[in-house]
Amino acid sequence: MATCWSKMNKSSSILKRSSLLGQSIPWQPIKMGAPLSARASSWWSGVEMGPPDPILGVSEAFKKDTNPLKMNLGVGAYRDDQGKPFVLPSVREAERIIAQKGLNKEYAPIGGEPEFGRLSANLAFGQGNEIVSSGRNVSVQTISGTGALRVGATYLAKWFPGNKTVYLPRPSWGNHTPIFKQSGMNVDGYRYYDPTTCGFDFNGAMEDISRIPEKSVIMLHACAHNPTGVDPKDEQWKEMSQLVKKRNLFAFFDMAYQGFASGDVDRDAFAVRQFLEDGHNICLSQSYAKNMGLYGERVGAFTVVCKDKEEAARVNSQIKILIRPMYSNPPVNGSRIVSEILTNTALNKQWLEDVKGMADRIITMRQELKDGLANEGSSKNWEHIVDQIGMFCFTGMTPEQVEKITTEFSVYMTKDGRISVAGISSSNVGYLAKAMHAVTK
Amino acid sequence: MSHFSAVGAAPPIEVYQLSRDCQADTHPQKINLGVGAYRTPEGKPWILPVVKKAEAQLAEDIDAETINHEYLPVLGLDSFTSAATAMLLGKGSPALKEERAFGIQALSGTGALRNGAEFLVQQLKKTVFYFSDPTWGNHGLVFKNAGFTDARTYRYWDKSTCGFNFEGLIEDLQNAPEGAVIILHACAHNPTGIDPSQEQWGKIADVMEEKKLFPFFDCAYQGFASGDLDQDAWAVRFFVERGFEMFCSQSFSKNFGLYNERAGNLTVVVKDKSLIENMKSQITLIVRAMYSNPPAHGSRIVDLVLKDEQLYTEWRGSIKIMSSRIIEMRHGLRERLEKLNTPGQWNHITEQIGMFSFTGLTPEMCQFLLKEKHVYLLKNGRISMCGVTPSNLDYLA
Repeated sequence: MATCWSKMNKSSSILKRSSLLGQSIPWQPIKMGAPLSARASSWWSGVEMGPPDPILGVSEAFKKDTNPLKMNLGVGAYRDDQGKPFVLPSVREAERIIAQKGLNKEYAPIGGEPEFGRLSANLAFGQGNEIVSSGRNVSVQTISGTGALRVGATYLAKWFPGNKTVYLPRPSWGNHTPIFKQSGMNVDGYRYYDPTTCGFDFNGAMEDISRIPEKSVIMLHACAHNPTGVDPKDEQWKEMSQLVKKRNLFAFFDMAYQGFASGDVDRDAFAVRQFLEDGHNICLSQSYAKNMGLYGERVGAFTVVCKDKEEAARVNSQIKILIRPMYSNPPVNGSRIVSEILTNTALNKQWLEDVKGMADRIITMRQELKDGLANEGSSKNWEHIVDQIGMFCFTGMTPEQVEKITTEFSVYMTKDGRISVAGISSSNVGYLAKAMHAVTK
Repeated sequence: MSHFSAVGAAPPIEVYQLSRDCQADTHPQKINLGVGAYRTPEGKPWILPVVKKAEAQLAEDIDAETINHEYLPVLGLDSFTSAATAMLLGKGSPALKEERAFGIQALSGTGALRNGAEFLVQQLKKTVFYFSDPTWGNHGLVFKNAGFTDARTYRYWDKSTCGFNFEGLIEDLQNAPEGAVIILHACAHNPTGIDPSQEQWGKIADVMEEKKLFPFFDCAYQGFASGDLDQDAWAVRFFVERGFEMFCSQSFSKNFGLYNERAGNLTVVVKDKSLIENMKSQITLIVRAMYSNPPAHGSRIVDLVLKDEQLYTEWRGSIKIMSSRIIEMRHGLRERLEKLNTPGQWNHITEQIGMFSFTGLTPEMCQFLLKEKHVYLLKNGRISMCGVTPSNLDYLA
């Protein structure tokens, strides 16, 4: 008589099972389910292929290219003049100091260490600012800038009493939209980039902002706008602040490049501080990915500026309730480095030099690219290359020109004509100028 | 007039409040039996020796510029996810041989649960999920925030026997709607410490197969429960052999002591490997919108240890130390309670497994322990055995 045991002996996969279990657990015959083929089809048959990530696609194509002169101007991560990833000296030193301390691996609080939050808020708002000293900020550690935006978007989706729509500048970082949408917010936009000037469409922005329904959320890039590199001038920020106030809009700042844009952390925080001065109780996402080169450690902070300490306590409690079901508590390796740097006077000084070094190199490459294009004999206006700031440059190249520069010169960039200036070095800036001139003349 | 005047104060999360209260308590004999983090016999946190060695190696690697702080891929460090998935399923698993299992690095166990739950809602339009009564305090909220709309429980703990309500569990699963997602604890059930026997797992699998329910395992204690990685993974591997498609969230917080580095993995087992690329592309979108890519440090440590024969052996030794100490404390507590002729049965203390013990104490008794005896435990009677040490064992009993 055939029993299910005899069936089991035939199948090789079952025999392997006993070796998996080792000797410690006695084998027990188990009722066999129906053969695989007779069962329902897979749960996943209806899962469609998601849209390819444009930036990752660029990197992958770049890797496959065998041209020795190839350039990757896609991903936004800083590279030194040899085209190599850069671990900041201040970060290295901080790591050594931390290793000596023998700190434990116990869970961090849900919102991270309070000191980290305080240091981050002080960095953004200025040492000695009134908000931190009166304790009316909620500042939590997050999974870098993305995590800060997600926590913020989730918080607003649940608690914002006004219109649950966020207005993004056009264009904005590609990931803003999915973050807000997946959090349950609606997404809309206001004019920002002027393709005719490759600059800031101030009038367009002001016009659109004045039409945003009251009590909506407006997203502002604090500095080094991604992807265009185009920032409003100080005077323009002041006018925008007044208009945002007049329209009773809630300002959500995304500051991913403090220090990295101009080389000066205070300069780069101008817009944020102006808005605070004008009385806006903003919220803010900060990233340490670029300015401390801590990309993969995922260090960031999310701040809500509240009316007073009492409100801050309530808001803090609600934010923790949103974080816990996301990831419980944050990773500390990166945040410990940040805290060490920001509290250690010598390291802080070193860091400010490191970040200025990165910013300066980028500013230099911008100048050399512009000069290179002039040397090639280009008749086009490339002023925007040096007017724009930060890691990215919106060259103004069309998709066709981008296609051409990639296939003919192995220069890789995103279809919108954006280049990561960090990917340019003194040894290849001439080649880039030549390539850009060739496809745009 | 602030935007947030209407924001109410959220109730403090019990397990964290407990820690805060215990910290503030100045009583010399206070005992913290709240949070589930391992403690040495001296009551101190323990950084595993292999973790120290791995971190030293990583520091050297940064100096040598063989690694840096660049972004990991969205789905994590490939070498880590492969090693983690293989550790769970067993290197010889048919799912691995047939290339129909993969791992996604996640923000520890919580993050893996969240990633998986989001995917089930967004891609499979799931609405119903079940968790055991009782379960880890965060399960419900993770799934609800991911978009599940219908939260249900299956019976698990029998108050009257301080034991397993297996019949109740089976009945509740029998009544579950087709396609419901069932959260199962792979081993060392939190908070009760009661795991189904192999035969019981067999029956659970039968019902789930018959009712077409989707298994989502939560494996936070592999190795930490019995001291043996394979033994603790038995239930998961059994379901794979039974042909189920499933998710399993893995945490390296306890078994590696990497609590604050958030090292975790979501293992996915499917029937049809041709669907994997599509699935990965969709999970990528979910991750991108939540945190873009995972933190490197914790995963690098685990990866280094799992790949190195010597470190791996040493690590297995450490797991044995941790699980043995807990088992020893269980025996110690039970002996003393029985010696003191404490009313009630106390065999469940040693029959349960893992970090936690469901004592069976009522909320009122727990309050008494807290207020009068400075013993901090959750009001559902859960104690963390890690907080028990040779020096406080007598006081506790």
